[in-house]
Amino acid sequence: MSITSRVKKVLTGNHATAYAVMQARVDVIPAYPITPQTTIVEKLDEFIENGLLDASMIRVESEHSAMAAAIGASAAGARTYTATSSHGLLYMYENLWWAANARLPIVATFVTRAIGPPWNIWSDHQDIFTLRDSGWILFMAKNAQEAYDLTLQAFKIAENPNIRLPVGIGYDGFYISHTSEPVEMLAQDEVDAFLPDKRSIKPLLDPSNPYTIGNLPEASFNFLIRKNMWGSMESSIDYIKKVGYEYYLLTGRNYGDLVDKYRCEDADTIFVSIGAMANEGMVAVDRLRSKGHKVGHMALRLLRPYPEDEVIDSIGNAERIIVMSRAVSMGKGGILFTDLIDVVYRNRLNVDVYDIVVGLAGVEVVDNDFIKVYNDVLDGIFDKRETIFLMGGKYV
Amino acid sequence: MSKVLYPVSKPGAGAVGKTSTWRWQRPVINLDKCTKCGLCWLYCPEPAFEINEEGYPVVKYDWCKGCGICYNECPVNAIEMVNEE
Ligand code: SF4
Ligand code: SF4
Repeated sequence: MSITSRVKKVLTGNHATAYAVMQARVDVIPAYPITPQTTIVEKLDEFIENGLLDASMIRVESEHSAMAAAIGASAAGARTYTATSSHGLLYMYENLWWAANARLPIVATFVTRAIGPPWNIWSDHQDIFTLRDSGWILFMAKNAQEAYDLTLQAFKIAENPNIRLPVGIGYDGFYISHTSEPVEMLAQDEVDAFLPDKRSIKPLLDPSNPYTIGNLPEASFNFLIRKNMWGSMESSIDYIKKVGYEYYLLTGRNYGDLVDKYRCEDADTIFVSIGAMANEGMVAVDRLRSKGHKVGHMALRLLRPYPEDEVIDSIGNAERIIVMSRAVSMGKGGILFTDLIDVVYRNRLNVDVYDIVVGLAGVEVVDNDFIKVYNDVLDGIFDKRETIFLMGGKYV
Repeated sequence: MSKVLYPVSKPGAGAVGKTSTWRWQRPVINLDKCTKCGLCWLYCPEPAFEINEEGYPVVKYDWCKGCGICYNECPVNAIEMVNEE
């Protein structure tokens, strides 16, 4: 059944995503299965079989080919979607950069999962962060509703003729991909009105006016391609906010804020985290607030472009920030920390920043972990120059 | 917002400068053997062949990179690869 009026359903994050992709009326889905992403494309296949979605599902032999097919389809002007995780993302990697440099408005879901060895199917954020320098616009959802909402917004952002960058939506494997929550879906005609006309996607491949994509040009042209992408990335922030605000007017769910601030107003200490564990962070904030501590939480919804202004605004007059990263840059630090510390330095913010790595390989992160770190920071047990690893309530 | 720059180009001879600088062997065509089949022209990956008024292939050495594909494809062995000085 196509969705003729707004409806609330209990859905996994993966099925919520599949519904959004169906409602976006994509044309082409090149796909290769990998846990925990698989049930997205399986559901899409079911929609196609049942006549709910008029799209070509291209079954390929690898993720590298999946993205190659996506590049071809998108270059021909088709609305194109795929999804992957972890090793699949790494196998797709070369072509993910190709898609970005070729400015193809592909939308993809990256259901985050640790990278082996040893073999592991649980969530951490290492995989999606391998894309942080590529030119993909990257979102991180923290529940199934956000996965649905951001997927719809992603098509609109990617296809804007002044942006033309691929957009990825990340969310945690299993915590979000495979657990069910109520998700409100828009009516099909609302989605149709919200998204741009697919025929407005500029095709790079046009038989009547042939071009070669990615030929060997002079080096300076490559430089300018990257510089031009930088400009589009920077200016995309305003448009992403605009789309988020438009979505807010439609649904009452606010995406105009790229940073999801929780009780930050008068906070002297602010936690930073993303994805599923941000929910634990907010529970920790409530618990600490009930004991009189002035704490807040900010969840970055947008990873790239980095929402610098909003991060500065959220920090406000806080004295300390505790960054909880579920991914580490080996030999450097927690990735959310290294992203943030640069903002602190460039803007000469007078704030202490603590670098905590948690939840690698899907090790559970709960509210107690946030509270423990907070107490230990107040007790002054950390050297601020150190990267701290907290696993299951213990420093390791 | 500035205009998006796409990595696309119109294919054509010399779009990236001369492609002959790294050649170490050159194809030389023996017109006595050549049957004017045009396969060398067809297979050459560069814009290095012209067909002249009489229908014979002519190599444009500014673009020929010396790969030897034409030499391999010629069905009557009319092409010889000669070392560059
Ligand atoms: S050697 Fe290669 S590049 Fe040169 S003419 Fe023959 S096929 Fe073309
Ligand atoms: S392939 Fe050989 S026979 Fe055919 S046109 Fe070229 S040189 Fe002549």
